[in-house]
Amino acid sequence: MDLRDLYQEVILDHGKNPRNHRFPEPYNREGRGYNPLCGDKIALRLQVDGDIITDVGFIGQGCAISQASCSTMTEAIKGKSLSEAEALFSKFHDLLTTGEGSDDLEGLGKLAVFAGVREFPMRVKCATLGWHTLQQALHQAGGEAKTE
Amino acid sequence: MNEVLPISVPDPAAFDVQRVRKDFPALHQKVHGKPLVYLDSAATSLKPQAVIDAVADMYARDCANIHRAVHLLSQRATARYEEAREKVRAFLNAAKHTEVVFTRGTTESINLVAQSWGRTYIREGDEVLITELEHHSNIVPWQILCQQTGAKLVVAPITDRGEVLREDFQQKLSERTRMVALAHVSNALGTLLPVTELIDLAHERGAVVLLDGAQAVAHADVDVQALDCDFYAFSGHKLYGPTGIGALYGKERLLEGMPPYQGGGDMIRSVTFEETIYNDLPYKFEAGTPNIAGTIGLGAAIDYFTSFDAQSIHAHESALLRYATEALGSVPGVRLVGTAPGKVAALSFLMDAAHPHDIGTIVDSEGVAIRTGHHCAQPVMEHFGIAATARASLGMYNTTSDIDALVGALGKVQELFG
Repeated sequence: MDLRDLYQEVILDHGKNPRNHRFPEPYNREGRGYNPLCGDKIALRLQVDGDIITDVGFIGQGCAISQASCSTMTEAIKGKSLSEAEALFSKFHDLLTTGEGSDDLEGLGKLAVFAGVREFPMRVKCATLGWHTLQQALHQAGGEAKTE
Repeated sequence: MNEVLPISVPDPAAFDVQRVRKDFPALHQKVHGKPLVYLDSAATSLKPQAVIDAVADMYARDCANIHRAVHLLSQRATARYEEAREKVRAFLNAAKHTEVVFTRGTTESINLVAQSWGRTYIREGDEVLITELEHHSNIVPWQILCQQTGAKLVVAPITDRGEVLREDFQQKLSERTRMVALAHVSNALGTLLPVTELIDLAHERGAVVLLDGAQAVAHADVDVQALDCDFYAFSGHKLYGPTGIGALYGKERLLEGMPPYQGGGDMIRSVTFEETIYNDLPYKFEAGTPNIAGTIGLGAAIDYFTSFDAQSIHAHESALLRYATEALGSVPGVRLVGTAPGKVAALSFLMDAAHPHDIGTIVDSEGVAIRTGHHCAQPVMEHFGIAATARASLGMYNTTSDIDALVGALGKVQELFG
């Protein structure tokens, strides 16, 4: 087991300086994620126009893995269609839980740095917290536009 | 005249930690290619071979149900089960064996009191007083009771050092306080509460006192008669015994006045469809076939623990805690959470550079097992405005090298995250 497989530079960087660490204005989708095991929290907001995620941001606190994962996720899904985001989620989730797709990381781009997390079963939930929060935000009933 | 040199006499109370380590097989393994450094005894302690053997022997030799059959195996199992009760009685210095009820552990012991005693004696408007540093298992059972009865849960605050001050506690006592439920030792912070004083204050108000002894039994003196607590709950697995077994001490007078917690076999004297007559104490509270092997294992754990002078174990651990406090304090960017003057066996800490969960993974890769998270004490985390801590906790088998290994592993954290 090599720690560097887990804590790759990209993860350390995004953990320390998460991107899109702010709430977008306006926004019309919102999700909240919480990992009771370690207290990691994520609040995610998105602006979806038609089929496209035009803006996304989050405020969170937690371990480097959870924050870096959410940060890279926001970069990866911004400007993508909902179905593209969905496909990324499936691919990412499979990579971490079943290892499926580990020989074809191309479509994942930067997200591929999380492949090593699979070797640390106790940390898989950290890496998927942001993505589950995204699922909640996109699939919750009555995802009406909110104005604040 | 020759100078008379003092003769060195081996001190029977001297604590030989290297000898102790030989008794714990789990210590002698490698994790991630590094020798295991176990600093998570507050979650569960490792088990000495004597306990493992006692459990195995029960299944290999005396495997029978208790209090039932006339055959020899059942007689042996029953005798060993009841011997374990006597060992618990002596360990807690309870007056009578009938005051010792076997349970699955601290959590079940507290739930038993909350439901059996609580639902009998707590009325709407009454108050249950706990403290801010309680483990969830000494919060939630009382919340449930309060919801059921309309009683009010009152919380005595802690200071920023993690202490419960006499004045703060006293202020929360009222004429409606019926139950006071207190940790003897805080699991998240290691604070040893001034329980003798607090029990006296509660008794002056006529309240009944339960102590959650989960973190205390292996690290502090427990004498239920000297403490004069009304109930004392603990788990065997934090006292070098098996998981799934613990006990509830209750004053006989109180246990007599409580209805059974669960119904079933062994807790009855006679059953007809019209009426059931309950068994005597303590069997009234032990429905169903109990954890026989676990109970015998707990007895073996108490035998093992009491084969040492308790004061020598406490002295060893307290020297180690001082060493660890200094060592961790000298690591740049480390901040201790919980700095009460009276502490035993646990150190919660934070690092500027990394989240506790990352610390946990990194030190694990160095072979060092610590706990990270909220330690089932979320209100404590809230008090300090944090989500989690890293916690190193001590057992009788730990050494200063274990602490050095932790400090070294924290260096790796700095390296990666600093």
